[in-house]
Amino acid sequence: MANTMARSFLQAVATEEVATPLRVVQIEGLVILKIIKHCKEFSPALVTGQLLGLDVGSVLEVTNCFPFPIQEEDEEIEADGANYQLEMMRCLREVNVDNNTVGWYQSTMLGCFQTVELIETFMNYQENIRRCVCIIYDPSRSNQGALALKALKLSDSFMDLYRNNNFTGEKLREKNLSWVDIFEEIPIKVSNSALISAFMTELEPDTPVTQGDYDRLQLSTNPFLERNMEFLIECMDDLSMEQQKFQFFYRSQSRQQAQQQAWLQKRRDENKARKAAGEEPLPEEDPANPIFKPIPEPPRLESFLITNRIANYCNQINGVTGQSFNRLYLTKALHDN
Amino acid sequence: MAVSERTVLQFGPSSATASLTAKVNPLVIFNICDCFVRRPDQAERVIGTLLGSVLPDGTVDIRNSYVVPHNEFSDQVALDIEYHHTMLKSHLKVNPQEAIVGWFSTGLGVTGGSALIHEFYSREVSNPVHLTVDTSFGSGEGTIKAYVSVNLSLGDRPLAAQFQEIPVDLRMIEAERVGFDILKTTAVDKLPSDMEGMEVLMERLLSLINDVYKYVDDVVEGRVAPDNCIGILISESVASLPKLSPPVFDKLINDNLQDQLLLVYLSSITRTQLSLAEKLNTAAQLP
Repeated sequence: MANTMARSFLQAVATEEVATPLRVVQIEGLVILKIIKHCKEFSPALVTGQLLGLDVGSVLEVTNCFPFPIQEEDEEIEADGANYQLEMMRCLREVNVDNNTVGWYQSTMLGCFQTVELIETFMNYQENIRRCVCIIYDPSRSNQGALALKALKLSDSFMDLYRNNNFTGEKLREKNLSWVDIFEEIPIKVSNSALISAFMTELEPDTPVTQGDYDRLQLSTNPFLERNMEFLIECMDDLSMEQQKFQFFYRSQSRQQAQQQAWLQKRRDENKARKAAGEEPLPEEDPANPIFKPIPEPPRLESFLITNRIANYCNQINGVTGQSFNRLYLTKALHDN
Repeated sequence: MAVSERTVLQFGPSSATASLTAKVNPLVIFNICDCFVRRPDQAERVIGTLLGSVLPDGTVDIRNSYVVPHNEFSDQVALDIEYHHTMLKSHLKVNPQEAIVGWFSTGLGVTGGSALIHEFYSREVSNPVHLTVDTSFGSGEGTIKAYVSVNLSLGDRPLAAQFQEIPVDLRMIEAERVGFDILKTTAVDKLPSDMEGMEVLMERLLSLINDVYKYVDDVVEGRVAPDNCIGILISESVASLPKLSPPVFDKLINDNLQDQLLLVYLSSITRTQLSLAEKLNTAAQLP
């Protein structure tokens, strides 16, 4: 009996291991406000902070967060930062805040967050916590009345590849991984305690127009679009650089192959001659020869990330222009009236 | 003469408090509510430190807060001072501009223990602000009040401290940006996207314009008594539309439209290029 119980328990544990995929990130209004405050106060500097919460089934609840001080390139200060983090966690635990790290948040400028550093940070977090998210907040976009909050995670297939350092063209083809599959965006849910909801209803009667609406009606989106285009152009340059690297790689590879063929041909002729002369044939491979050394493949990760960034810019441009169309037609209609 | 002047019962520096107002960031209210929900079992209320700065015009800008564990017996209050100091240090590391400006407590108004805590905070910062948030909704509404203390002294001897209420400014610029729809309800399934936000906004604008139309029609037809103030406001908003001749206006709109169309075209061509490049990049077979 006990045995079966134990086994069923083991089974339960085993089934628990096959975790349900993360579907929703549920954020408290408090956390949103904290993130906005921190990111906005330090804008345009980019800041980060830690998210605390609970991991419940397919939902990741983010119930609190705390900001990190701005990092400086100094080892002593780095140790200080780790201390700060521990201290903060201890303090928050004392007042019954969930002290379970579920990820981190960071601010971004116009959405150029897809960098190698982000992936590295993610891998670091992932080592310690099974499930973590990164919440990205863009203060520059929020000036247009949109709540630019995004929850991201790395896709499992990408993590596998990255962990084993198999980021070659061959593996990518095998796994059928393209640049779209690096990051996964997780839908965000917002929750508030009943108390907060009561207070908000109490304090803010239904206003017909809010600040966000005014922001949305701003006609001058040009500076935003201009900067977006600038970044886009920069990224295109980067991408073409990366592609040149690839071209160079392919070209040198085909040149090498030609050389190898030529060498082989020569060796075969030589062997034929030696056979005719009754001598031992020479081996058909010569590892010492430099032309047999494989040429290292240029890393693909960077070009993937750049592609991601470009796609992001394109999306933003599309979104903003879509809004502008609406606004322009609205202005026109108003004027005609 | 001089002696008698000194023994007069006097209220402390009242001129300084006259112009004092407190501006509270919604984050503070959110944090206090969250702390209250997470308070220990036996605790009646939570108290904590308020951080922020004093603006040049005397307004106390309360921007952040953290809770401090405490124990309360009949007439004694034990505050975890060590906790308070470590937390303060941590907060200062992140944002050195935010200093202590006062303290908060849940509950309605000032209670007996408040004077003791207030005295403690007076040692940390001169003239602290005491913010009370009524989380019990005892009076049927959530009352948020701010106080400063005024010293009541007899001659040189301080007798007591009186809590004087100061106005609280609860304007929620930050919260407005997020949107009440998100913060007011207990659960929102999805953040509104750009376009959805725009749609809601258009609907609202349309209903507002309709309201104005209806009002004007009613006034013209004599159904509603005219109100000069509203009339002035309406004519002002109509006059605030810039007067442009139709060709100029058309040109303006069309130029803008062309720009935007160009951008859309560019971005879609970039996307096409990307998917093409990706196909070529990964499809190129290695030997």
